[in-house]
Amino acid sequence: MSRWSRICAVRDIPALGARTVTFGAIRVAVFRTADDKIFALRDRCPHKGGPLSQGIVHGEHVTCPLHGWVIGLRDGLAVAPDLGCTARYEVRVDDGEVWIDFTQPARSTAAVASCTHAP
Amino acid sequence: MQKQRLVVVGNGMASGRTLEELLKYAPDLYDITVFGAEPLPNYNRILLSPVLAGEQTLSEIILNDVLWYERHGIRLHLNTKVVRLDRTARRVVSEDGTVADYDRLLLATGSKPVILPLPGRELEGVITYRDAQDTRRMIEAASRFSDAVVIGGGLLGLEAANGLKARGMRVTVVHLMPWLMERQLDRAAAQLLQQSLEARGIRFLLEARTQAILGDADGRVCAVQLADGEPLPAQLVVMAVGIRPNTELAESARLHCNRGIVVNDTMQTFDPRIYAVGECVSHRGVAYGLVAPLFEMAKVAANHLAQYGIGRYCGSVPSTRLKVTGIDLFSAGDFQGGGGAEEIVLSDAAAGVYKKLVIRDDKLVGSVMYGDAADGAWYFKLLREGTNVAQLRPQLMFGDRNLGVAGYQGRERAAAMTDAMEVCGCNGVCKGTIVKAIKEQGLFTLEEVRKYTKASSSCGSCTGLVEQILMSTAGGDYSAAPKAKPLCDCTEHTHEEVRRTIREQHLLSGAAAMTMMAWRTPNGCAKCRPALNYYVLSTWPREAQDDPQSRFINERAHANIQKNGTFSVVPRIWGGSTSAAELRRIADVVDKYQIPTVKITGGQRIDLLGVRKEDLPAVWRDLDMPSGHAYAKALRTVKTCVGSEWCRFGVQDSTRMGIELERALWRMYAPHKVKLAVSGCPRNCAEAGIKDVGVIAVESGWEIYVAGNGGIKTEVAQFFAKVDSREEVLEYAGAFLQLYREEGYYLERTVHFVARVGLDYCKARVVGDREGRKALYERLQFAISDEPDPWKQRVDGIARHEFESLRAT
Repeated sequence: MSRWSRICAVRDIPALGARTVTFGAIRVAVFRTADDKIFALRDRCPHKGGPLSQGIVHGEHVTCPLHGWVIGLRDGLAVAPDLGCTARYEVRVDDGEVWIDFTQPARSTAAVASCTHAP
Repeated sequence: MQKQRLVVVGNGMASGRTLEELLKYAPDLYDITVFGAEPLPNYNRILLSPVLAGEQTLSEIILNDVLWYERHGIRLHLNTKVVRLDRTARRVVSEDGTVADYDRLLLATGSKPVILPLPGRELEGVITYRDAQDTRRMIEAASRFSDAVVIGGGLLGLEAANGLKARGMRVTVVHLMPWLMERQLDRAAAQLLQQSLEARGIRFLLEARTQAILGDADGRVCAVQLADGEPLPAQLVVMAVGIRPNTELAESARLHCNRGIVVNDTMQTFDPRIYAVGECVSHRGVAYGLVAPLFEMAKVAANHLAQYGIGRYCGSVPSTRLKVTGIDLFSAGDFQGGGGAEEIVLSDAAAGVYKKLVIRDDKLVGSVMYGDAADGAWYFKLLREGTNVAQLRPQLMFGDRNLGVAGYQGRERAAAMTDAMEVCGCNGVCKGTIVKAIKEQGLFTLEEVRKYTKASSSCGSCTGLVEQILMSTAGGDYSAAPKAKPLCDCTEHTHEEVRRTIREQHLLSGAAAMTMMAWRTPNGCAKCRPALNYYVLSTWPREAQDDPQSRFINERAHANIQKNGTFSVVPRIWGGSTSAAELRRIADVVDKYQIPTVKITGGQRIDLLGVRKEDLPAVWRDLDMPSGHAYAKALRTVKTCVGSEWCRFGVQDSTRMGIELERALWRMYAPHKVKLAVSGCPRNCAEAGIKDVGVIAVESGWEIYVAGNGGIKTEVAQFFAKVDSREEVLEYAGAFLQLYREEGYYLERTVHFVARVGLDYCKARVVGDREGRKALYERLQFAISDEPDPWKQRVDGIARHEFESLRAT
């Protein structure tokens, strides 16, 4: 079985917006930037668990709707001075279709040092 | 490609801050070399006085240690004084022969203490008070000798005297002028200060001229000879008679100087490759010796060095605090008054409290405070921003605290708080956390403290406390925000400039506004996007296109997000009047969707809490009631009492009036939430006195009050107009709110809007100008009459994607 799951078309996600998708017990937020890059993060702010999918997307960041933490879409890391990170998932876009690898949270060198990705 | 070379001469606070800012903007742009004449790396010069007084140590006041420079790849030459600047070869040479070539040069050579041309000035034991070395020498002298004379009763002189006294010396301060700190204090405040320093055992000789410094056989100072009187015994003499910009290097290179290295508003000197910041600079004819202006300069210089090319330094209003533990003193602006200025003075000599406010043309232009300077920050803000204080005048003297901040009564002195006590109730930040962050992160400004600790970043009512903690921890004259605050970090422009540009350039989208005003970020941030979206929509109704992605989730989902990610639903209940049928529908919805909490709100409505987002459209469909906009920066409720229909005291039908107002104004978006109330008689059961617009019935008609607020700071609404008919109530209230919609800043409540523009202005536009009022009211109706009910739209299928999850296949 392929580890990639098909989620939706790029156009199903509003530009500078997000949609959610659940995988098992985990809710994942799928973001689309102004230039149509797609990112996937666990839909849980490292601060107090706020739903990042509901935040305002700007550049390659999202601002959590609960207390305004800013999380990087590329690495899942909170922007300084806040500290924390949320799990991110590999995304592939093929022919306008969005695919996500839910099998394991992706690791980025920057993120590994400061947090664990245990869901 | 080889990097450009930036050479920095001087390693004090100004250059340190410029480098920090520059590295934030452009970490890899330059190959950087720094020369510092002192042996220590960048340290906090303001805190030398607490070091002298034995309250801190030198190692505690280091801002950036040697490792910091290494980490950023900066070549640091300590103990290395630059003696030659060759502008043609673009090269500096130090005393020990170190050579550095530059593409850009930053001069931050600081200032030099003034040395009086007195006989004996070269004797051992005669020092100035300027740097860490001087501080060390004073500490050392205090351990060996018993008598000290400080020449100069200014800020530095008094701090030196206090420190030496604390270290056990007998200290006499010799001052030429008739009172202490004459450049910051008036005579009354200075006398109180002198009394309390005398109580600590410091002796003062005022209007005393030093004639000579006398030495012993070993060449060490032994006394100070005044123009009249006996010689004063002294084994240590501290000259603290002022500083002057250190322009030696610049002048030797024939760079234009005039009591400082002359710079323009971008901190560039007359040689375009050379920038200068800090105390060595003369900007618009002024040289600054306080840290706040230096930091503002640093920010501008860094911006230009980073080749961003935006930002101007337009000068600063300095403020001063004396860093002597236990003495609370604050001075800012033109504190002397005179020449048409008015003064408000509070003087309680027995309690040791003195306050003076100087007002000119209804604006605060200066203030001096002694004994109780807790409100200094607030006054300084009024002063810097040029706020019209005519309305505040009766309470002005009693300070910010007097304005009734919820939860902080009697808690106005940060010094008296323990580390465990909570400062910021909104974000649960205690004093110890703030102190720790300031020390460990090297914070200097309120903005930085907010960013790192979140303290005072929400409601702001503890701002004064946080500023006090900042002052006592980081040093006295901490940096104050620049006069005109930009909308957010994405731009230099203020709310006012952004609003004006959108109007003048006919900009119809937030994106167009960002392009026109050269936003630094590709699509703004969570702060500016909602503001811009509101500005274009309110300026160009029916023309501008709404951008849902620029709205906070509540306004996008048309419900209030809760801490667990569910939402709350508040249907509109006109004037707080409902019916059995509506209540039955609400009850059925609660059962059907298993809504866990049903709550009566303060605005006479019903709140259904814990609704799943995907259920929202169905809940709205089944409720079959209009949106209550309880989630929006818009008209919320119109609270009413029962009025003359039932009440034995009621003189008008307040319920009907309230419903008419709510029907006329609902769907009205505004800079912030808007709440109304209508009471049927002056007993005012609808609590109209704390609403954005409050209407109170009287026998002969209606009284209208505006700009009340029941939030963090309870603000009583102010009388606005008396009218005869219900139609007039609608027109006056609508016109006032339209004025607020057109000219208010995003997230500014009516109380702050009116405080900013003045109640008289609002009255002139609405009450005094009949045509203008009608035009305002018409524009309001034009803007909101075809605004749809967002719930109905979504029941009909609009924005379905907002409420549906995706499914993986």
